[in-house]
Amino acid sequence: MGRGTSLGRVRGLGSAHAGPHHWWMQRVTAAGNLLLLIWFVVSLARLPVLDHQAVVLWLKSPLAAVPLLLLVISVFWHLRLGLQVFIEDYVHEAGGKVACLLLLNAYVVVAAALCLFSILKIAFGGVPA
Amino acid sequence: MAEFALPKNSKIKAKGQVYKAAPDAKTKRNFKIYRYDPDSGQNPRYDRYELDLDETGPMVLDALIKIKNEVDPTLTFRRSCREGICGSCAMNIDGKNGLACTTAIEDCKGEVQITPLPHQDVVKDLVPDLTHFYAQYASIKPWLQTVTPAPAGKERLQSPEDREKLDGMYECILCACCSTSCPSYWWNADKFLGPAILLQAYRWLADSRDEMTGERLDELEDPFRLYRCHTIMNCANVCPKGLNPAKAIAEIKKLQVERAV
Repeated sequence: MGRGTSLGRVRGLGSAHAGPHHWWMQRVTAAGNLLLLIWFVVSLARLPVLDHQAVVLWLKSPLAAVPLLLLVISVFWHLRLGLQVFIEDYVHEAGGKVACLLLLNAYVVVAAALCLFSILKIAFGGVPA
Repeated sequence: MAEFALPKNSKIKAKGQVYKAAPDAKTKRNFKIYRYDPDSGQNPRYDRYELDLDETGPMVLDALIKIKNEVDPTLTFRRSCREGICGSCAMNIDGKNGLACTTAIEDCKGEVQITPLPHQDVVKDLVPDLTHFYAQYASIKPWLQTVTPAPAGKERLQSPEDREKLDGMYECILCACCSTSCPSYWWNADKFLGPAILLQAYRWLADSRDEMTGERLDELEDPFRLYRCHTIMNCANVCPKGLNPAKAIAEIKKLQVERAV
Protein backbone atom coordinates (compact mmCIF):
# COMPACT_ATOMS: atom_id res chain seq x y z
CA MET A 1 0.00 0.00 0.00
CA GLY A 2 2.97 2.32 -0.24
CA ARG A 3 2.99 2.95 3.52
CA GLY A 4 6.76 2.67 3.56
CA THR A 5 7.33 6.11 2.03
CA SER A 6 6.19 9.51 3.23
CA LEU A 7 4.37 10.23 -0.06
CA GLY A 8 2.75 6.78 0.07
CA ARG A 9 1.46 7.52 3.57
CA VAL A 10 0.00 10.85 2.44
CA ARG A 11 -1.67 9.32 -0.62
CA GLY A 12 -2.98 6.53 1.66
CA LEU A 13 -6.12 4.80 0.37
CA GLY A 14 -6.84 7.69 -1.99
CA SER A 15 -9.67 10.20 -2.01
CA ALA A 16 -13.00 9.06 -0.54
CA HIS A 17 -14.87 11.13 -3.18
CA ALA A 18 -17.22 12.33 -0.46
CA GLY A 19 -17.65 15.50 1.52
CA PRO A 20 -19.27 18.14 -0.70
CA HIS A 21 -22.80 16.80 -0.10
CA HIS A 22 -22.21 16.67 3.66
CA TRP A 23 -20.81 20.20 3.65
CA TRP A 24 -23.67 21.53 1.50
CA MET A 25 -26.40 19.88 3.57
CA GLN A 26 -24.86 21.30 6.75
CA ARG A 27 -25.36 24.79 5.27
CA VAL A 28 -28.85 24.02 3.93
CA THR A 29 -30.05 22.62 7.27
CA ALA A 30 -28.46 25.60 9.08
CA ALA A 31 -30.52 27.96 6.92
CA GLY A 32 -33.59 25.74 7.53
CA ASN A 33 -33.00 25.84 11.29
CA LEU A 34 -32.74 29.62 11.26
CA LEU A 35 -35.91 30.23 9.24
CA LEU A 36 -38.02 27.57 10.99
CA LEU A 37 -36.87 28.56 14.48
CA ILE A 38 -37.79 32.19 13.78
CA TRP A 39 -41.20 30.98 12.58
CA PHE A 40 -41.58 28.83 15.71
CA VAL A 41 -40.72 31.60 18.17
CA VAL A 42 -42.82 34.21 16.36
CA SER A 43 -45.80 31.82 16.09
CA LEU A 44 -45.72 31.04 19.80
CA ALA A 45 -45.33 34.70 20.67
CA ARG A 46 -48.37 35.57 18.57
CA LEU A 47 -50.65 33.10 20.41
CA PRO A 48 -53.07 35.00 22.65
CA VAL A 49 -52.40 32.64 25.56
CA LEU A 50 -49.69 30.04 26.07
CA ASP A 51 -51.55 27.45 28.15
CA HIS A 52 -51.58 23.75 27.27
CA GLN A 53 -54.93 23.79 25.51
CA ALA A 54 -54.11 26.81 23.33
CA VAL A 55 -50.80 25.31 22.15
CA VAL A 56 -52.34 21.89 21.45
CA LEU A 57 -55.13 23.52 19.43
CA TRP A 58 -52.55 25.59 17.53
CA LEU A 59 -50.61 22.43 16.68
CA LYS A 60 -53.66 20.88 15.07
CA SER A 61 -53.42 23.33 12.20
CA PRO A 62 -51.45 21.93 9.23
CA LEU A 63 -49.73 25.34 8.96
CA ALA A 64 -48.30 24.75 12.45
CA ALA A 65 -47.75 20.98 12.50
CA VAL A 66 -46.01 20.71 9.13
CA PRO A 67 -43.39 23.45 9.74
CA LEU A 68 -42.79 22.00 13.20
CA LEU A 69 -42.19 18.55 11.67
CA LEU A 70 -39.76 20.16 9.21
CA LEU A 71 -38.02 22.00 12.06
CA VAL A 72 -37.49 18.71 13.93
CA ILE A 73 -36.11 17.03 10.78
CA SER A 74 -33.82 19.98 10.02
CA VAL A 75 -32.51 20.27 13.59
CA PHE A 76 -31.76 16.55 13.97
CA TRP A 77 -30.23 16.32 10.51
CA HIS A 78 -27.99 19.29 11.29
CA LEU A 79 -27.09 17.84 14.69
CA ARG A 80 -26.12 14.55 13.08
CA LEU A 81 -23.92 16.22 10.46
CA GLY A 82 -22.22 18.48 13.00
CA LEU A 83 -21.56 15.81 15.61
CA GLN A 84 -20.24 13.48 12.89
CA VAL A 85 -17.57 16.09 12.13
CA PHE A 86 -16.82 16.43 15.83
CA ILE A 87 -16.38 12.65 16.22
CA GLU A 88 -14.20 12.43 13.09
CA ASP A 89 -12.04 15.26 14.45
CA TYR A 90 -11.30 13.74 17.83
CA VAL A 91 -11.96 9.97 17.80
CA HIS A 92 -9.18 8.34 15.82
CA GLU A 93 -9.31 4.62 16.61
CA ALA A 94 -11.30 2.87 13.85
CA GLY A 95 -13.42 0.79 16.27
CA GLY A 96 -14.23 3.68 18.59
CA LYS A 97 -15.05 5.95 15.66
CA VAL A 98 -17.51 3.49 14.09
CA ALA A 99 -19.13 2.83 17.49
CA CYS A 100 -19.53 6.57 18.18
CA LEU A 101 -20.99 7.21 14.71
CA LEU A 102 -23.46 4.32 15.07
CA LEU A 103 -24.47 5.57 18.51
CA LEU A 104 -24.95 9.08 17.12
CA ASN A 105 -27.12 7.80 14.25
CA ALA A 106 -29.18 5.67 16.63
CA TYR A 107 -29.75 8.61 18.98
CA VAL A 108 -30.73 10.95 16.15
CA VAL A 109 -33.14 8.49 14.54
CA VAL A 110 -34.83 7.50 17.83
CA ALA A 111 -35.05 11.05 19.23
CA ALA A 112 -36.28 12.52 15.93
CA ALA A 113 -38.85 9.71 15.54
CA LEU A 114 -40.18 10.35 19.06
CA CYS A 115 -40.52 14.08 18.31
CA LEU A 116 -42.26 13.45 14.98
CA PHE A 117 -44.61 10.90 16.55
CA SER A 118 -45.49 13.32 19.35
CA ILE A 119 -46.33 16.12 16.94
CA LEU A 120 -48.43 13.81 14.74
CA LYS A 121 -50.21 12.40 17.78
CA ILE A 122 -51.27 15.90 18.83
CA ALA A 123 -52.10 16.93 15.26
CA PHE A 124 -54.30 13.92 14.59
CA GLY A 125 -55.49 13.32 18.18
CA GLY A 126 -58.72 14.43 19.80
CA VAL A 127 -59.46 17.90 21.06
CA PRO A 128 -58.44 18.31 24.73
CA ALA A 129 -61.23 18.79 27.18
CA MET B 1 -8.76 9.88 20.77
CA ALA B 2 -6.69 12.74 19.47
CA GLU B 3 -3.61 13.18 21.66
CA PHE B 4 -4.04 16.29 23.75
CA ALA B 5 -1.17 15.65 26.15
CA LEU B 6 2.47 15.59 25.18
CA PRO B 7 4.18 12.17 24.99
CA LYS B 8 6.29 11.36 28.08
CA ASN B 9 9.59 12.12 26.40
CA SER B 10 8.33 15.50 25.11
CA LYS B 11 7.32 16.96 28.47
CA ILE B 12 9.49 19.85 29.55
CA LYS B 13 11.07 18.67 32.79
CA ALA B 14 14.71 19.46 33.31
CA LYS B 15 15.69 22.85 34.68
CA GLY B 16 17.46 24.67 31.89
CA GLN B 17 20.68 26.62 31.95
CA VAL B 18 20.82 30.36 32.49
CA TYR B 19 23.26 32.59 30.60
CA LYS B 20 23.63 36.11 31.97
CA ALA B 21 24.56 39.19 29.95
CA ALA B 22 27.72 41.15 30.74
CA PRO B 23 27.34 43.17 34.01
CA ASP B 24 27.72 46.49 32.16
CA ALA B 25 24.89 45.70 29.69
CA LYS B 26 22.32 48.52 29.67
CA THR B 27 19.33 47.18 27.72
CA LYS B 28 18.88 43.60 28.86
CA ARG B 29 16.29 41.19 27.49
CA ASN B 30 15.66 37.56 28.37
CA PHE B 31 15.16 34.89 25.72
CA LYS B 32 13.58 31.63 26.90
CA ILE B 33 14.41 29.03 24.28
CA TYR B 34 13.22 25.42 23.88
CA ARG B 35 16.13 22.96 23.87
CA TYR B 36 15.91 19.32 22.89
CA ASP B 37 18.69 16.95 21.90
CA PRO B 38 17.39 13.48 21.00
CA ASP B 39 20.90 12.01 21.39
CA SER B 40 21.07 13.05 25.06
CA GLY B 41 18.13 10.83 26.04
CA GLN B 42 16.83 13.67 28.21
CA ASN B 43 13.51 15.47 28.06
CA PRO B 44 13.32 18.96 26.54
CA ARG B 45 14.11 22.01 28.68
CA TYR B 46 14.03 25.79 28.47
CA ASP B 47 17.35 27.61 28.52
CA ARG B 48 17.40 31.31 29.36
CA TYR B 49 19.73 33.70 27.59
CA GLU B 50 20.07 37.30 28.68
CA LEU B 51 21.23 39.57 25.85
CA ASP B 52 22.26 43.21 25.66
CA LEU B 53 19.90 44.61 23.01
CA ASP B 54 22.35 47.47 22.33
CA GLU B 55 24.72 44.82 20.98
CA THR B 56 22.02 42.82 19.12
CA GLY B 57 20.25 43.35 15.80
CA PRO B 58 16.55 44.28 15.87
CA MET B 59 15.02 40.95 14.85
CA VAL B 60 14.50 37.73 16.81
CA LEU B 61 16.73 35.95 14.28
CA ASP B 62 19.52 38.43 15.08
CA ALA B 63 19.22 37.41 18.73
CA LEU B 64 19.34 33.70 17.86
CA ILE B 65 22.42 34.20 15.65
CA LYS B 66 24.10 36.22 18.39
CA ILE B 67 23.42 33.47 20.93
CA LYS B 68 24.78 30.81 18.57
CA ASN B 69 27.85 32.84 17.63
CA GLU B 70 28.78 34.28 21.00
CA VAL B 71 27.00 32.49 23.85
CA ASP B 72 26.03 28.90 23.09
CA PRO B 73 27.10 27.29 19.78
CA THR B 74 24.99 24.18 20.52
CA LEU B 75 21.72 26.07 19.86
CA THR B 76 20.21 24.64 16.66
CA PHE B 77 17.81 26.41 14.30
CA ARG B 78 17.20 26.81 10.57
CA ARG B 79 17.78 30.09 8.79
CA SER B 80 18.87 31.25 5.39
CA CYS B 81 17.72 34.43 3.64
CA ARG B 82 17.05 36.60 6.76
CA GLU B 83 14.46 38.60 4.79
CA GLY B 84 11.21 36.61 4.85
CA ILE B 85 11.59 34.85 1.52
CA CYS B 86 12.93 31.38 2.29
CA GLY B 87 10.66 30.44 5.21
CA SER B 88 13.44 28.51 6.97
CA CYS B 89 13.30 30.32 10.32
CA ALA B 90 9.60 29.65 10.99
CA MET B 91 9.09 29.05 14.71
CA ASN B 92 6.75 29.90 17.56
CA ILE B 93 7.73 33.26 19.02
CA ASP B 94 5.90 34.70 22.00
CA GLY B 95 3.13 32.13 21.52
CA LYS B 96 2.55 32.90 17.84
CA ASN B 97 3.99 31.24 14.77
CA GLY B 98 6.12 33.51 12.62
CA LEU B 99 9.44 34.04 10.94
CA ALA B 100 12.27 34.92 13.32
CA CYS B 101 13.81 37.14 10.63
CA THR B 102 10.76 39.38 10.23
CA THR B 103 9.64 39.46 13.89
CA ALA B 104 11.08 42.43 15.76
CA ILE B 105 12.30 41.86 19.31
CA GLU B 106 10.64 45.09 20.41
CA ASP B 107 7.25 43.72 19.30
CA CYS B 108 7.56 40.86 21.83
CA LYS B 109 6.33 41.34 25.37
CA GLY B 110 8.63 40.70 28.33
CA GLU B 111 10.70 37.54 28.16
CA VAL B 112 10.81 36.31 24.55
CA GLN B 113 9.74 32.66 24.52
CA ILE B 114 10.80 30.69 21.45
CA THR B 115 9.68 27.12 20.70
CA PRO B 116 9.64 25.04 17.49
CA LEU B 117 6.54 25.05 15.25
CA PRO B 118 3.77 23.38 17.31
CA HIS B 119 2.71 19.75 17.03
CA GLN B 120 5.57 18.61 14.81
CA ASP B 121 8.24 16.05 15.65
CA VAL B 122 11.35 17.89 16.77
CA VAL B 123 14.64 17.02 15.10
CA LYS B 124 16.65 19.19 17.50
CA ASP B 125 16.00 22.42 19.45
CA LEU B 126 14.03 24.72 17.10
CA VAL B 127 14.17 22.42 14.05
CA PRO B 128 10.88 20.61 13.31
CA ASP B 129 10.61 17.57 11.05
CA LEU B 130 8.68 18.77 7.98
CA THR B 131 9.00 15.53 5.95
CA HIS B 132 5.25 14.85 6.10
CA PHE B 133 4.43 18.48 5.23
CA TYR B 134 6.62 18.32 2.11
CA ALA B 135 5.13 14.92 1.12
CA GLN B 136 1.67 16.49 1.38
CA TYR B 137 2.88 19.28 -0.90
CA ALA B 138 4.16 16.74 -3.42
CA SER B 139 0.82 14.89 -3.28
CA ILE B 140 -1.12 17.79 -4.82
CA LYS B 141 1.20 17.79 -7.87
CA PRO B 142 2.21 21.43 -7.59
CA TRP B 143 3.08 21.97 -11.21
CA LEU B 144 1.27 22.95 -14.42
CA GLN B 145 -0.62 19.97 -15.90
CA THR B 146 -2.16 20.15 -19.36
CA VAL B 147 -3.63 17.97 -22.08
CA THR B 148 -2.85 20.50 -24.80
CA PRO B 149 0.79 20.19 -25.92
CA ALA B 150 2.99 23.20 -25.23
CA PRO B 151 3.02 25.69 -28.13
CA ALA B 152 6.12 25.26 -30.25
CA GLY B 153 8.87 27.75 -29.55
CA LYS B 154 6.99 29.94 -27.07
CA GLU B 155 5.57 29.89 -23.57
CA ARG B 156 1.92 29.31 -22.60
CA LEU B 157 0.30 32.73 -22.53
CA GLN B 158 -1.84 34.12 -19.72
CA SER B 159 -3.74 37.41 -19.70
CA PRO B 160 -2.87 39.98 -17.01
CA GLU B 161 -6.39 39.45 -15.55
CA ASP B 162 -5.86 35.69 -15.27
CA ARG B 163 -2.42 36.25 -13.79
CA GLU B 164 -3.95 38.53 -11.15
CA LYS B 165 -6.06 35.59 -9.95
CA LEU B 166 -2.87 34.04 -8.57
CA ASP B 167 -2.14 37.07 -6.38
CA GLY B 168 -2.38 36.17 -2.71
CA MET B 169 -1.27 32.60 -3.50
CA TYR B 170 1.97 32.67 -5.45
CA GLU B 171 3.57 34.61 -2.57
CA CYS B 172 3.36 31.58 -0.23
CA ILE B 173 6.85 30.55 0.90
CA LEU B 174 5.78 27.19 2.45
CA CYS B 175 7.15 28.11 5.87
CA ALA B 176 4.42 25.96 7.54
CA CYS B 177 3.47 28.70 10.04
CA CYS B 178 -0.21 28.40 9.03
CA SER B 179 -0.51 24.61 8.96
CA THR B 180 1.21 24.17 12.33
CA SER B 181 -1.05 26.80 13.92
CA CYS B 182 -4.21 25.01 12.77
CA PRO B 183 -5.92 22.86 15.46
CA SER B 184 -7.50 20.69 12.76
CA TYR B 185 -4.01 20.02 11.42
CA TRP B 186 -2.80 19.21 14.95
CA TRP B 187 -5.45 16.52 15.41
CA ASN B 188 -5.62 15.12 11.88
CA ALA B 189 -2.37 15.95 10.08
CA ASP B 190 -2.10 12.36 8.86
CA LYS B 191 -4.99 12.96 6.46
CA PHE B 192 -5.91 16.68 6.50
CA LEU B 193 -3.72 18.55 4.00
CA GLY B 194 -3.70 21.73 6.08
CA PRO B 195 -3.95 25.38 5.05
CA ALA B 196 -0.56 25.78 3.33
CA ILE B 197 -1.01 22.79 1.03
CA LEU B 198 -4.65 23.61 0.27
CA LEU B 199 -3.64 27.19 -0.59
CA GLN B 200 -1.14 25.70 -3.03
CA ALA B 201 -3.79 23.29 -4.35
CA TYR B 202 -6.06 26.26 -5.10
CA ARG B 203 -3.16 28.12 -6.69
CA TRP B 204 -3.19 25.44 -9.44
CA LEU B 205 -7.00 25.23 -9.58
CA ALA B 206 -7.07 28.98 -10.22
CA ASP B 207 -4.38 28.92 -12.92
CA SER B 208 -5.92 29.65 -16.34
CA ARG B 209 -3.27 27.50 -18.07
CA ASP B 210 -3.90 24.34 -16.02
CA GLU B 211 -6.26 21.77 -17.59
CA MET B 212 -6.48 19.21 -14.76
CA THR B 213 -9.02 21.06 -12.61
CA GLY B 214 -11.42 18.10 -12.45
CA GLU B 215 -8.70 15.63 -11.54
CA ARG B 216 -7.33 18.00 -8.91
CA LEU B 217 -10.84 18.41 -7.40
CA ASP B 218 -11.26 14.61 -7.47
CA GLU B 219 -8.15 14.23 -5.33
CA LEU B 220 -9.38 16.84 -2.83
CA GLU B 221 -12.95 15.50 -2.63
CA ASP B 222 -12.45 13.89 0.74
CA PRO B 223 -13.88 14.45 4.24
CA PHE B 224 -10.37 14.57 5.71
CA ARG B 225 -8.10 16.01 3.02
CA LEU B 226 -10.25 19.13 2.55
CA TYR B 227 -13.21 19.23 4.89
CA ARG B 228 -11.32 19.23 8.21
CA CYS B 229 -11.03 23.00 7.73
CA HIS B 230 -13.54 24.53 10.14
CA THR B 231 -12.57 28.16 9.35
CA ILE B 232 -10.78 28.65 12.67
CA MET B 233 -8.69 31.27 10.81
CA ASN B 234 -5.44 30.81 12.76
CA CYS B 235 -3.81 30.35 9.33
CA ALA B 236 -4.67 33.86 8.14
CA ASN B 237 -3.82 35.25 11.57
CA VAL B 238 -0.23 33.97 11.60
CA CYS B 239 0.79 34.04 7.91
CA PRO B 240 4.00 36.12 7.81
CA LYS B 241 3.23 37.05 4.19
CA GLY B 242 -0.28 38.31 5.04
CA LEU B 243 -2.02 35.64 2.94
CA ASN B 244 -5.42 34.06 3.63
CA PRO B 245 -5.32 30.26 3.20
CA ALA B 246 -8.84 29.95 4.69
CA LYS B 247 -10.23 31.94 1.77
CA ALA B 248 -8.47 29.65 -0.72
CA ILE B 249 -9.97 26.62 1.08
CA ALA B 250 -13.43 28.23 0.92
CA GLU B 251 -12.93 28.72 -2.85
CA ILE B 252 -12.09 25.00 -3.24
CA LYS B 253 -15.24 24.08 -1.30
CA LYS B 254 -17.25 26.35 -3.60
CA LEU B 255 -15.81 24.61 -6.67
CA GLN B 256 -16.68 21.21 -5.16
CA VAL B 257 -20.30 22.29 -4.64
CA GLU B 258 -20.45 23.95 -8.06
CA ARG B 259 -19.79 20.65 -9.82
CA ALA B 260 -22.06 18.59 -7.54
CA VAL B 261 -25.14 20.74 -6.92
